[in-house]
Amino acid sequence: MSGPVQPSPAIEVRGLVARYGARQILNGLNLDVRCGEIMVIMGGSGSGKSTLLNHLLGLLHPSAGTVRLLGKDINAMGASERQELHRQIGVAFQSGALFSSLSVVDNIMLPLREHTRLDRKTMAIMARLTMEVVGLAGFERLMPAELSGGMIKRAALARAIVMDPKLLFCDEPSAGLDPVVSSQIDELLLRLRDAGMTIVVVTHDLESAFTIADRICILDQGDIIAMGTVDDIRRHRSERVQNLLNRRTEEAVLDVDAYLRRLTGEQD
Amino acid sequence: MTLVTVYLERIGRATLKGVGEMGFAAALLGESLYWLVMGPRRAQTVRASAVVAQMMETGINALAIVAVLSGTIGVMLAIQGIYTLRVFGAESRVTLGVALSVVREFSPLITAIIIAGRTGSALAARIGTMRINQELDALQVMGISPVRFLVVPVLIAMVVMVPCLTIFSDIVALLGAGAYIAGELGLSFGAYVGQVAESIRANDVWHGIGKSAIFAVLITLVGVVNGASVVGGAEGVGRMTTRAVVQAISAIVITDMIFVFLVTR
Repeated sequence: MSGPVQPSPAIEVRGLVARYGARQILNGLNLDVRCGEIMVIMGGSGSGKSTLLNHLLGLLHPSAGTVRLLGKDINAMGASERQELHRQIGVAFQSGALFSSLSVVDNIMLPLREHTRLDRKTMAIMARLTMEVVGLAGFERLMPAELSGGMIKRAALARAIVMDPKLLFCDEPSAGLDPVVSSQIDELLLRLRDAGMTIVVVTHDLESAFTIADRICILDQGDIIAMGTVDDIRRHRSERVQNLLNRRTEEAVLDVDAYLRRLTGEQD
Repeated sequence: MTLVTVYLERIGRATLKGVGEMGFAAALLGESLYWLVMGPRRAQTVRASAVVAQMMETGINALAIVAVLSGTIGVMLAIQGIYTLRVFGAESRVTLGVALSVVREFSPLITAIIIAGRTGSALAARIGTMRINQELDALQVMGISPVRFLVVPVLIAMVVMVPCLTIFSDIVALLGAGAYIAGELGLSFGAYVGQVAESIRANDVWHGIGKSAIFAVLITLVGVVNGASVVGGAEGVGRMTTRAVVQAISAIVITDMIFVFLVTR
């Protein structure tokens, strides 16, 4: 007898290789993100997180391998098909990427204006509701330059979710935020997950990752070195994983005296 | 590697880059025309509000500087024209020379150079900053074509407003020249206007307007190509903005020469 049919993953990455010139950044990654889960991608600087995210979003073309989003190969589709797929995706960029010439509410309304035939009043109501969800009510008319870092992140998140996407990508959603705002964003992501959204979060923030993740994927030098639930990751035996979790560096401890001697040109 | 090979490699790389950029510009123009025609059919129209805003910025806000420089050019041409023709005792014919020079050459050229400095640089800086801030990526992942959203409104506004500014520049330059010529030669202003009307044919006006439309497309494409090629943060934006202005002005002057060669001979 066969078991219950597994639903196909929301994101399916097979043999993903990314190269910048002669430098290989991703070494044939395989990754599945299940529907309705929060997958947190972690890793040190230069581990390939951003490159992986850009491939998942279709912003970079892989040197080899495939990326399937919602069952479709993102690199094998035409421009119009890809635009259609992108309408089912929300992305909150690390910098916010809000359009500086548009007010906060106009930024959030932009996907609605471009992809729906709703009248302006309805769009404004939807945008305001979304702003309330992310805790930005009352700041509609401000321009992005007038917002704090936390508000920019929340506005970017509001714009990413206003179309009620099936897939949500968040790049460092809590970076540079105070703990209160950071935990508010975590809570919001959990609520969105509970509402059925599949979410991929790229973060350095361990506390946030352990709070929200259904599964964690740890990248190091272009390879996935660990993947599993929060408990799996905490118990992982790999030294590299434990170093990352405990924020230990593998580099040799800097010999300050030797460094100063070198700077001043003194011989040992 | 010898010095010669190093230089040859540099020349080769620069040539390849130039050809690549021209290809990019051609693709941009093609995609812009595609969105102009197909946008309404795909329910993805070009935003009229963006076109109007860009027209205000490109056209209306440039009126003052275009007026100042065009008036100055008009007076300068009149002074030089009278000085030169006086050698032959033919200063009474100065209106013909000034009118044709202004309408066929100076107004389109000076207007395009002003717009390359104002709008071309602003466009390169804006697109470059958007690239650095991931705003272009944001558009793409929202399923919004950056060409339709950012480039087409500018292109439409430029193709409409640069010829309009050129006509405005024609009028101001001719008025400036007229003020000087009337005073210098003791001519009534009405007689000067009559001479201008006799000197200029519709063909001359269309020559200037046609050129200015081509300059508008060039300025837009050069600005966008340079803006989209920005790397390296704020410094990169500054570098590409300068490059956009230099390239646009060079392209304007060279295209002008080719246009004149093909049309005037």
